[in-house]
Amino acid sequence: MSEIFILVPGRSSQQGCGINEGKFNETYVNATSFVQMNPNDMLRLGIEDEEKIELKSDFGRIEIAVRKAKADELPVGLLFMAYGDLSSRLMGGDTHGSGMPTSKGLDVEVKKI
Amino acid sequence: MATAEPEKAELKIVNDATCTFCGCVCDDIQLTVDGHKITKAKKACVLGTSWFLNHEIEDRAPCFIKGQPASVEAGIKEAARILYEARYPLIYGLSDTTVESQRVAVSIADWIGSNLDTTTSVCHGPSGMAFQSAGESTCSLGEVKNRADMVMFWGSNPAESHPRHFTKYSLMPKGMYVPNGRKDRTCVMVDVRKTKSAKAADIFIQIKPRKDFEALWTLRALANDIELDPEQVERETGNPLSLWQDLMDRMKACKYGVIFFGMGLTMTRGKHANSEGILSLTRDMNRHTRFACKPNRGHGNVTGADNVVTWRTGYPFGVNLGRGYPRFNPGEYTASDVLARGEADAAMIIASDPMANFSQPAREHLKTIPYVALDPKETPTTKHAAVSFTVATYGINVPGTVYRMDDVPIPLRTAFDSPLPSDLKILQGIEKEVLALRSAAFAS
Ligand code: SF4
Repeated sequence: MSEIFILVPGRSSQQGCGINEGKFNETYVNATSFVQMNPNDMLRLGIEDEEKIELKSDFGRIEIAVRKAKADELPVGLLFMAYGDLSSRLMGGDTHGSGMPTSKGLDVEVKKI
Repeated sequence: MATAEPEKAELKIVNDATCTFCGCVCDDIQLTVDGHKITKAKKACVLGTSWFLNHEIEDRAPCFIKGQPASVEAGIKEAARILYEARYPLIYGLSDTTVESQRVAVSIADWIGSNLDTTTSVCHGPSGMAFQSAGESTCSLGEVKNRADMVMFWGSNPAESHPRHFTKYSLMPKGMYVPNGRKDRTCVMVDVRKTKSAKAADIFIQIKPRKDFEALWTLRALANDIELDPEQVERETGNPLSLWQDLMDRMKACKYGVIFFGMGLTMTRGKHANSEGILSLTRDMNRHTRFACKPNRGHGNVTGADNVVTWRTGYPFGVNLGRGYPRFNPGEYTASDVLARGEADAAMIIASDPMANFSQPAREHLKTIPYVALDPKETPTTKHAAVSFTVATYGINVPGTVYRMDDVPIPLRTAFDSPLPSDLKILQGIEKEVLALRSAAFAS
């Protein structure tokens, strides 16, 4: 079973603080290694909090833990994660003549492992 | 018998220190310094506090060659050799250092005929392109504080990226024409997700992902009294036309409006076309009232990087100096592209971490070429560098100038000295060595 979602990587306070503590430290590693999902999507797909899922884009594939998004932060079908090594693995190299790879709003396939 | 307390070193207080973690560049921080450690950062936000309290003196060698500790002199020589011998080098980063260092980096790029790019290309580079086509109705943050009665944020989450934006500049402060501060302002937030910032808004508009362009052009049409099909608007933007009309009525009715926009626009489908949309909307609004538009810049001196590269080359980022004169072409000379296409054969990365943030093809190529890295901390980029320098931290150990996100230059006050070299010193050393290699080549 798999379903297409839109992934929005972005800044989080925890990730920002993690940069200052050092990118090999716990805060940064923790902040950049989970993806947030709307609770209704989790229910529908039978995904538990902290369960690892597979995210696959046209350019890469990662395994990552899911966390329930708070209240109405994320609409159904949208995922959020903090920028970092894992989010970069899903990005393509093409910038479409802009210098900027498409880093937000990526189509990703969500699959239970 | 009472034992005497060990004598404590006196704490130093540094007033009006400048935080360089984000583009707000708050210059009102009071630091308490205990020897080589900052123990308190009064007025700093959570990110600023973590910036100041986590930059002690790193217990690392100042230089590594192929992962082995080396002298700074040997590192400078090797770095200059790598850069000078390259056929298509890249100099990249620059957003977390002073304008003084940025100037020297541009000089090195000029001497070696390098590609020169800054982290702007992967944050507001698309906005830099849009400025050239749509222009910029700009303002300082001081103007926002004193005048703005309508403050809009689009694709930006200052609560997590620029935590003092609201309190110091845009929403809370009492200003000359907004004497009651927040009460005199309407705050509108447009985003694809209900971020932590949404709480601060009077009006939150959640649009469909990847539909910023359509939403912006809906507003442009309304600003120009063009009739729209309500069904199409709702289908495309996820919100009814009446909501956009209500927003437009409020925008037209305000005395001084400002739109801050973030990477929600530049990193998503449409990129520079989205930035062009928001800048053009701002221009349209000036037919009705006064409106300004500012990108919310991320890194502490990314605005300085734009300024310095523009003074020196005429272009803000994505410049190639290979022919002895500057050429500008985002998509061709920008770091992501030059690396992902496997073109650069050497690089110098200053104060940034492409090994953590770039696409996989770009990172894979960077791993295969010799490159020089300068950073106060160990990062994935410094780990793979042929030569890496552990440098002192700007704004904490190193003085200089940085530019706030509204292009206002701000001086830095240091908290304590570091035995580590500044990146300015390293870059000056590399420039000198490159010049010596050039002279030797010309002489022979
Ligand atoms: S808002 Fe930005 S510049 Fe100001 S204290 Fe926080 S991190 Fe530092």
